[in-house]
Amino acid sequence: MNKADQKRLLREMIFFRRFEERCFEAYMEHKIGGFLHLYIGQEAIATGVLEMAKHKHDYVITGYRDHIHAIKAGAPAREVMAELYGKETGSSRGRGGSMHVFDPTANFMGGYALVGQPFPLAAGLALACKHKGTDQIAICFLGDGANNQGTFHETMNMASVWKLPALFVCENNQYAIGTRIDRSTAVLDQYKRMCGYNIPASQHDGEDVEVVMESAKKAIDHVRSGKGPYFIEYMTYRQRGHSMSDKTSAYRSKEEEQQWSERDPLKVYGAKLKKAGVITDADIKKLEQEVQDEIENDVIKFAEESPIPRVEDINKYVLDDNPDPRWIGPLQNIY
Amino acid sequence: MAELMYWEAIRRAHDEELANDPNVIVMGEDVGLIGGTYKATLGLFQKYGEQRVIDTPISENSYTGIGIGASMAGMRPIIEIMSINFALLALDTLINAGAKIRYMSGGRVTCPFVMRTPGGTAHQLAAQHSARLARMFMSTSGLRVVTPRSPIDAYGMLKSAVRCNDPVIVIEHERMYNMKEEMPDNEFFRPLEGAEIVRRGTDITLIGYNWSVHLCLDAAKRLEKDGISAEVIDLRSLKPLDRETIRRSVEKTHRMLVAEEDEAANGVGSEIISIVIEECFFALDAQPVRIHAADVPVPYAENLEKAAIPNVEDVYKGALKVMGRI
Repeated sequence: MNKADQKRLLREMIFFRRFEERCFEAYMEHKIGGFLHLYIGQEAIATGVLEMAKHKHDYVITGYRDHIHAIKAGAPAREVMAELYGKETGSSRGRGGSMHVFDPTANFMGGYALVGQPFPLAAGLALACKHKGTDQIAICFLGDGANNQGTFHETMNMASVWKLPALFVCENNQYAIGTRIDRSTAVLDQYKRMCGYNIPASQHDGEDVEVVMESAKKAIDHVRSGKGPYFIEYMTYRQRGHSMSDKTSAYRSKEEEQQWSERDPLKVYGAKLKKAGVITDADIKKLEQEVQDEIENDVIKFAEESPIPRVEDINKYVLDDNPDPRWIGPLQNIY
Repeated sequence: MAELMYWEAIRRAHDEELANDPNVIVMGEDVGLIGGTYKATLGLFQKYGEQRVIDTPISENSYTGIGIGASMAGMRPIIEIMSINFALLALDTLINAGAKIRYMSGGRVTCPFVMRTPGGTAHQLAAQHSARLARMFMSTSGLRVVTPRSPIDAYGMLKSAVRCNDPVIVIEHERMYNMKEEMPDNEFFRPLEGAEIVRRGTDITLIGYNWSVHLCLDAAKRLEKDGISAEVIDLRSLKPLDRETIRRSVEKTHRMLVAEEDEAANGVGSEIISIVIEECFFALDAQPVRIHAADVPVPYAENLEKAAIPNVEDVYKGALKVMGRI
């Protein structure tokens, strides 16, 4: 990878970190409602995997921790923030919120609150790709907690039998809200569970974006070549709580958090690029300032100044708002 | 014109829609090689191939989810659930995803899929094969729910369901698959919305859907012998409901009865009577009556099963009660 790309990737990750921190601040100011799940600590995975995907061409789908996947897939950050603000200009027109960001112009097919639900939806997107004979694939990001849902087993089985072009990315942050993986799951290495479905799988460091990219490339090539699904597991750590309402001290130790903070993906990549002479501390400071300005002057400003949805429009989007009378009718009775 | 059975009408609709649009696929348990438990896809696996008529494993929730996911990317899946009882396994993907994706994406992502499934009691199938559940689906925003009573509607409404841009649940009935009706040979469509006045009358309105329309029609014939002219309405669509047709009929007859094979609580009957009260309370000359199943899991023994579900006699007597004759 050339130096310009390395620098761009670091800047993107700094942007994603700042975006999430700014969500936290806006939440504390009651500008954002509902549940808010931050991606802080896991940025290298969405960044690295989607860097290797075909931009706005492959389908991307995930759970409720979805802001960064949406932005990296191509959804404008200002529209994602406007969605969190509940504005009409938001990615989902203010109808979805933090957990349900959608942007079909980026083939980002949504964030879902039902843990494990995106597995079959992703397989369905993959089925459509295969059916239409395009070279697209479907990429599904979910956490380790999702793997104890029935949809995980059902979907892996069907994806394998039907050789669907789907990449399942497991972001193993080792906690399902407050329940650590060894308290809930019989097999700790998630990639090993793919033996049961005859799906090739591997496990990698999820905190080093270049390791993510390299492993994701192999997995994506496999899927795109028509050989069927691939399951890739990245070891990572969510630095914040599951959402804004849990205290991590209730379920994990300071020492553990400290250890993982050494593997913070921004620190890891910053150190790597400094060592390689790609970037200096001063450059990083400058990037941070640029990102801060962009988020305030563009992203937040857009979200703040956008209009809220009109209450008169509450019934829009339930069903097709302009249905074809040939199929819908209504049937005419002669009274 | 040719006489087709209900299952043959559904099969014909599948065949024509598969031929019409390469994005139409069929998926479900045993819909492929053996042509479906009720023969609704007989021969179509052989005609269109395993990529388009897909035999799934017994994984209702996820194959429904796969159908929904495919529909988000432009496919038009017809998902068969072998029995409506098994649809309970698919409620997460169906209701938490399928019914909500259009809304929670602000109209930017749509999922036009069809789910077909038979409900109802038939031949002592016992509690786990006799659920009806229409009342549950009709209370879910974001779905269309239709209940074809005859081969013509089964054919024409399935075709419309495939073409329209919304998720549509088509509720069939285990006891109707062999019902026959003369059907035009040329292609036609039946609209998804709108109740239908299937018998004209002036003294009382009998309202049914799916199987219970036939109970109402048979009861109407008996009432005629008693000098009572009954109008019969087939709701056809449980979501949305056609308030207008119900109101106009009750304003004419001033009396009503609603018949369903499901249990009463929070059911079709409660909803229809609420609509009548909201729309035309002062047109009523008598208390409405609802005919419904016993509040029990459907029993196996033949006599108990019969006692658990309404029959023509129940509708007939209910109508006499509304008329003040008993």
